[in-house]
Amino acid sequence: MTAPLLQAPLLQVRDLKVHFPVKTGGLLIGRYQPLHAVDGVSFDLAPGETLGIVGESGCGKSTLGRAVLQLLPATSGAVIWLGQEMTGLSAKEIKAARENMQIVFQDPLASLDPRMTAGDIIAEPLRNYHPELSRAETARRVAELMEQVGLLPGMINRYPHEFSGGQCQRIGIARAMILKPKLVICDEPVSALDVSVRAQVINLLKDLQKAFGLAMLFISHDLAVVRHISDRVLVLYLGKVMELAPRDLLYQAPRHPYTRALMSAVPIPDPALERAKPRIILTGDLPSPLNPPSGCVFRTRCPKATDICAQVEPVRESPAPGHDVWCHHSRD
Amino acid sequence: MTDVNLVTPAIPVPDVIEGRSLWQDAWRRLLRNRAALASLIILGVIAFLSIFGPYALAWSYDQIDWDHVEAVPPSLALKHYLGTDSVGRDLLARTLFGGRVSLTVGLLATGVALFIGVTVGAVSGYLGGKVDQVLMRFVDLMYSVPLTFFVIILMVLFGRNFILMFLAIGSVEWLTMARIVRGQTLTLKHREFMEAARASGGSTVSILLRHVVPNVLGVVIVYVTLTIPQVILLESFLSFLGLGVQEPMTSWGVLINEGAAELEITPRTLIVPAIFMTATLFCFNFLGDGLRDALDPKDR
Repeated sequence: MTAPLLQAPLLQVRDLKVHFPVKTGGLLIGRYQPLHAVDGVSFDLAPGETLGIVGESGCGKSTLGRAVLQLLPATSGAVIWLGQEMTGLSAKEIKAARENMQIVFQDPLASLDPRMTAGDIIAEPLRNYHPELSRAETARRVAELMEQVGLLPGMINRYPHEFSGGQCQRIGIARAMILKPKLVICDEPVSALDVSVRAQVINLLKDLQKAFGLAMLFISHDLAVVRHISDRVLVLYLGKVMELAPRDLLYQAPRHPYTRALMSAVPIPDPALERAKPRIILTGDLPSPLNPPSGCVFRTRCPKATDICAQVEPVRESPAPGHDVWCHHSRD
Repeated sequence: MTDVNLVTPAIPVPDVIEGRSLWQDAWRRLLRNRAALASLIILGVIAFLSIFGPYALAWSYDQIDWDHVEAVPPSLALKHYLGTDSVGRDLLARTLFGGRVSLTVGLLATGVALFIGVTVGAVSGYLGGKVDQVLMRFVDLMYSVPLTFFVIILMVLFGRNFILMFLAIGSVEWLTMARIVRGQTLTLKHREFMEAARASGGSTVSILLRHVVPNVLGVVIVYVTLTIPQVILLESFLSFLGLGVQEPMTSWGVLINEGAAELEITPRTLIVPAIFMTATLFCFNFLGDGLRDALDPKDR
């Protein structure tokens, strides 16, 4: 499956940076140092496309998702939604744009207000954006969507704690879908769920995507899940893009050493193959995003690192159309 | 609501289920709680007696029985059903009338404190930053003003006035309420569902009303049930200083004060108003507990 890049992009992210000021000492007057959570990320997203975003914990995946939604302010760079620059818009304009971009959160229970019934939770975006709808019409739409996400209509009066994790996530998904958005950001929607429920939720997301024709930013650290759902995959490390490629290309012929290391860590469900496969084990920990390494941020853990990696930041190389990689040694 | 059936013809929907709100649920759960329901009824009776009782009695609260200017023991013949105080005023009439004053002051002052405290606390905690700083420093400032001094200034400015008293008490009691609500809001603010509310297009006001207030209510209600008795006692203290209600007007607090002084001679002048007040405070506590449980969906 190749990405439908011929259409005009729904979302363009250009050199997006999100830095958090972190207090690093000083007694009365704090000294602040920027934490580079997202550091110059660019990508396009076409209507109906799914872009998987992978990377280990703390690499800025969730921050990226929230910055796209303007839930977090971007430090610099641009988020262009349907041709309109989002950064620097007023609260009112952001609210208007958000009607078409919704988010599904990681922790299903924590993302639902414990004092609201399932029906009220799902109806909330509708009440915010369409207060003119009658109660009956709102209730009708809620019931319709609850059925689509696999919840019984009799559950509208239940509270979040009365649902299982998978059901809570279905409520979260219904809330994100009720406005029929063009883009849904899924921030690790299945990592808090049981393996048995994961597939159901993933397939539900795929079905809804087909039904509504929506685009997705699918943030996850689970490579198998990302492979199942994505059209293209973006690999993030310490706030920077390492590799961006169509799914099959990335999974079959990864060019970046980091992507290769990630791929080699995916277990194969065949003991013989699993034992035989070469594993690239990265040493060390993720460097602090407070002072990222010079040059290529991955060089401290890269098996291929040479002198040039410490001195020069790698530029984009395109070994294949639509396949971008940021590495000095991608052609080795 | 019947058109739900039209949408899903394949699956028969047995009964169309009406959506319920948290408040409807809470009310139902409150009525199922026996202690809370009993308290509600007793409070209703006390309030009813305080409002209408004085009209039904032969003696009014400020009327001195000139034939018996002394403490008369309970007597049906004289229509002093619970006797009189040391100057011959009917004890039951005075207790019921005092109930009007005490309940009004207790409820209104607490209402004022509740309204201002929750508003200031929730806004301060939710918005944070400069707004928070300014509001909380103002609260600090108000904490440092002594209550009696504050009330005296109000009296000087506006004259002696019954309404002023609960405004004055309320304006002091909201400070702690604001602090408590602010603390709760701060912990709520970083929960994921607040972010979800923002993502789904909620304005600041709607988030405060729909998500913050219902989630802080549990703590607020407990504090309210502690505040009502405090306010009723504060009123008697102000009255004692001559800043509250004045003779022949009276309140439970004042009656209890007077009764305590005559405890050795006529213990009933203390016991009668004390029973009314204790019953009221007990009921408010049970009602508060019931409300807190009713508002917590996890507790049913």
